[in-house]
Amino acid sequence: MSDLPLLSILVWLPILGGIAVLLAGDKGDASGVRVMSLVFTIATFLLSLGLYTGFDASTADMQFVERHAWIPVFDIYYHFGVDGFSMPLIILTTFTTILVVIAGWEVIKKKPSQYLAAFLIMEGLMIGVFAALDAIFFYVFWEAMLVPMFILIGIWGGERRVYATIKFFIYTFIGSVFMLVALIYMYFQGGSFAILDMHEMSLSMNEQILIFLAFLAAFAVKVPMWPVHTWLPDAHVEAPTGGSVILAAIMLKIGGYGFIRFSLPITPDAAHALDWLIILMSLVAVVYIGFVALVQRDMKKLVAYSSIAHMGFVTLGLFVVFQIWENPANATGNGAALAVEGAMIQMISHGFISGAMFLMIGVLYDRMHTREISAYGGVVHSMPVFAAFSVFFAMANAGLPGTSGFVGEFMVIIASFHANFWYAFLAALTLILGAAYTLWMVKRVFYGEVANDNVAALKDINARELVIMTTLAVAVLALGLWPAPVIDVMHASVENLLQHIQFSKL
Amino acid sequence: MDTLYLAIPLASLIGAIIAGIFGAQIGRKGAHSVTILGVGISFMLSLIALKHHVFDGAPVYNESVYTWLVSDGIRFEVGFLIDNLTVMMMAVVTGVSLMVHIYTIGYMADDLHNWPRTSLAGTNAYQRFFSYISLFTFSMLMLVMSNNFMQLFFGWEAVGLVSYLLIGFWTVRPTAVYANLKAFLVNRVGDFGFILGIAAVVMYTGSLDYADVFGKAEGLAGQSMSIFNGSEWSVISVICILLFVGAMGKSAQIPLHVWLPDSMEGPTPISALIHAATMVTAGIFMVARMSPLYEYSEAALSFIIVIGALTAFLMGLIGIVQNDIKRVIAYSTLSQLGYMTVALGASAYSAAVFHLMTHAFFKALLFLAAGSVIIAMHHEQDMRKMGGLKKYMPITYWTSLIGTLALIGFPGFSGFFSKDSIIEAVHHSTLPGAHFAYYAILLGVFVTAFYSFRLFFMVFHGEERMDQHTREHLRESPWVVTLPLILLAIPSMFIGGMTIGPMLFGDYFGSAIFIAEQHDVLAELGKNFHGAFAFVEHSFGGPAFYLAMAGLISAWFIYMKSPQTAENMKNRFIWLYRLLDNKYYFDDFNAAFFGAGSRLLGRELWQQGDVKFIDGVLVNGSAKLVGWFAGVTRHLQTGYLYHYAFAMIIGVIVLLAMGIF
Repeated sequence: MSDLPLLSILVWLPILGGIAVLLAGDKGDASGVRVMSLVFTIATFLLSLGLYTGFDASTADMQFVERHAWIPVFDIYYHFGVDGFSMPLIILTTFTTILVVIAGWEVIKKKPSQYLAAFLIMEGLMIGVFAALDAIFFYVFWEAMLVPMFILIGIWGGERRVYATIKFFIYTFIGSVFMLVALIYMYFQGGSFAILDMHEMSLSMNEQILIFLAFLAAFAVKVPMWPVHTWLPDAHVEAPTGGSVILAAIMLKIGGYGFIRFSLPITPDAAHALDWLIILMSLVAVVYIGFVALVQRDMKKLVAYSSIAHMGFVTLGLFVVFQIWENPANATGNGAALAVEGAMIQMISHGFISGAMFLMIGVLYDRMHTREISAYGGVVHSMPVFAAFSVFFAMANAGLPGTSGFVGEFMVIIASFHANFWYAFLAALTLILGAAYTLWMVKRVFYGEVANDNVAALKDINARELVIMTTLAVAVLALGLWPAPVIDVMHASVENLLQHIQFSKL
Repeated sequence: MDTLYLAIPLASLIGAIIAGIFGAQIGRKGAHSVTILGVGISFMLSLIALKHHVFDGAPVYNESVYTWLVSDGIRFEVGFLIDNLTVMMMAVVTGVSLMVHIYTIGYMADDLHNWPRTSLAGTNAYQRFFSYISLFTFSMLMLVMSNNFMQLFFGWEAVGLVSYLLIGFWTVRPTAVYANLKAFLVNRVGDFGFILGIAAVVMYTGSLDYADVFGKAEGLAGQSMSIFNGSEWSVISVICILLFVGAMGKSAQIPLHVWLPDSMEGPTPISALIHAATMVTAGIFMVARMSPLYEYSEAALSFIIVIGALTAFLMGLIGIVQNDIKRVIAYSTLSQLGYMTVALGASAYSAAVFHLMTHAFFKALLFLAAGSVIIAMHHEQDMRKMGGLKKYMPITYWTSLIGTLALIGFPGFSGFFSKDSIIEAVHHSTLPGAHFAYYAILLGVFVTAFYSFRLFFMVFHGEERMDQHTREHLRESPWVVTLPLILLAIPSMFIGGMTIGPMLFGDYFGSAIFIAEQHDVLAELGKNFHGAFAFVEHSFGGPAFYLAMAGLISAWFIYMKSPQTAENMKNRFIWLYRLLDNKYYFDDFNAAFFGAGSRLLGRELWQQGDVKFIDGVLVNGSAKLVGWFAGVTRHLQTGYLYHYAFAMIIGVIVLLAMGIF
């Protein structure tokens, strides 16, 4: 490993890039800032590949670690490092941001420099969330990353953007406050803000339960889990396309990542005691939300609800492990690693697929300025290439084998069978529900006779849109046909986590 | 051999990719040439593999191609298992596919008429069609060549995808895009069971590999699991029934059969390839492949035999009242799939696979012949507007006759050997339900002969009921259409008699199919088997032959001799007619209960749960609370700059103070 502070570079390069773009401003032609943003995002992505190539998959230890004193009086450190959980999510972030910059290319006419700067700064902050190993440092990124998102929805959003932003704010604020209290409490008990120290900290059952619930408030909102999910459809509907993509592809993952980094290792006994609650909430998300998605009339809302249902597999996979170990019928004792790795793959895959789905809707919205399903019909006759991509991504969203959407669902369904037949039964309903809501939308939007003159006049995707769609399609296929390279870097970290939480802190 | 096996599916895949992505550049001729070349290579190599295994006695090949992923010590792999069962399936799939590819050149030649003039999707539709059917061939090959459950599921869903794309190929037709969504969702219901079955396999054996799992089957037979509190279920029965639910979806068994008749909205070549000869038989193949599991579960076998018998008999009856030429054949396919399923339930796996093979040829032939009629009739499919086509279309006529005789099991034709052995095998079975199944499929023989010859007479004989314009243009189809008919008619006549000896009573399948001694009904039959000719001779002593003849003669009498009889019968048994005409109300029930029901549930959960309760009570409640709190704290925000500045200074001092201590 080189001595280059790679993680610092990955965090600060896009932030500095964002500031540079902001300073360049909107004087004259916008193509300057566009190219600048693209260069910064591509550079960040290429650098982030260094994390993969330089990664030692044989160890669960933190890698690329940087640690400097930041606010010494509170023992707060500037502390970065990645393991098999955070590294893939950072690459997902750098990858997705490029596509978002390209997607907004000619579409954003209003203050393009500020729009692009918001994404660049947000990229750096999100990488910071995944890389931070100091709890307060983490918390700063966690809160700061929301600011560009509020701005994006608030300025470039739709008609009800103020309502959506406030709802988003109330939800996340209430969640975060509890988390901050829990972190400070642990500092007073253990004397350290280092997340890894908190993993080893001994806590009584009562303490664990309260801390677990505080974390749950923060992370459940982010994922989002039923019943604290209702901010997501509104935020998506009002957000500009790029904002929706980042929200679905990356921000939701931060909730899942939080469970892995904080809840499970810090409060394993509480997680064990309350696993039924999380499993229940996850299964409700899969089934209840599946039905709700079916009747949506707005395409973005439909995909937003489908995101909630898919994220249900993440939380199910993470919290079903205790019951897998305890099920007397599970003679081999296997299945726990399958569940956690399935949850991780589901997060990455959902990043690709939900991103693609929102970009698809963006392509239609840019042309027709409506997301109502009923305004469409027979789009295939005017946009055949676009329709082909859309059907492909829809199939991925419905979990077709060969696409990335299948991998995580398959692993989590198999794993949850190891805990309880009915968990697998309810989770597997997604095969039917996911196909029903996704393909019914496809049928109404793309198939049938041309619905009206506006649809007849639609122009097929241009080269820029083709590049985005092709890139995502390749990613979805690659992960679906050969997930091993992504899974292999996680093994050590997953094993380590499972060994850790198997061991009671009491 | 590795490369050869790999090349078999890849040749088709490469053709599909080229025709699919570069369809506009290479044009129609380029697209059909490249896909036919691809599938042709697959077919030739499949024949080499067949020769290698069947005639040269090559050992069973079981190797992994690549590791998809490893998690928790479970290897998820892509790999091939090539034995005599596989090579037979490969040869049938690629052979029928090749015929269908050639036929499509003629059938889709004037496809542009099916698209709106301005549709951009219509311009490359021809190329796209070839891409899809080659992709189908690839997927089906991956399915049959798999050596593990995961790849089986891959192929399983991939053929479902292509079926979806092809049923809805004419995207402009509302009925077609309704039918393809229905087909995909009903298949997903089956896959729902299938994936749970796979999960159970992984949990109890820790492996997805066929060989590993089969090796542990005997151990599973003694274990039980609890699904509902208190009741214990045998693990092997749960696994087998869940896997069979998948087969019920794909092979269209009651009550998951509802998608197959509607799938006829797709172009006729795919009705022949996908919805008759190959894809729908995937479920049959799967159960035969899993015989080492099924043999340990009599509960599952009984379930299978009853479902199969119901499908065989009830679906045949519906065929009698259909007037659309393709739908009659579709119901016939359902009924024949029921026969295969019954054979599986009776542990006569090789009889099921044997019928699968003969059926693939004669049913593909019947569909393609129907397509030839449809071309001549200018895409009219209503048999009431046909009649007397014999003199205009001699090749179609004679090949149809061969296909029909094979279907009704006329002695000597391929279908006879396979169907008769199924009936005989079930007769010997002692399983619960076998008795019922025996009579159901015996009566089914009469029904089959009746609807088959009803179709035959209505289309080719009797008065010419088409309009003047159509009649003037009636002529035999071009050679690309008739050549596949002739090439399929040959195996429809001969392949049954040629292969019955080794396949059913010889050692053809070897280790591929496992049968427990107490279930071995075919061995029982084999004691009296003295060659194909004796088998034919023997059949004149049994009821099946006479039932088939009775069906044929009834059809002749009612539709040729005395046409008013049909009308009289209909009026006499109007309740029965209504029941059949409404397909036992399965569709109405599904639309009302599952369709409207889930939309209602979704709306209620959304409006009552999300909007009223969560947003209305919880979120807005908290917002009000925050609003109240903000009302209190508002007094802190005076709007005077010096107040804020003052507050900041205090803050900085506090922070500094903390730094010092």
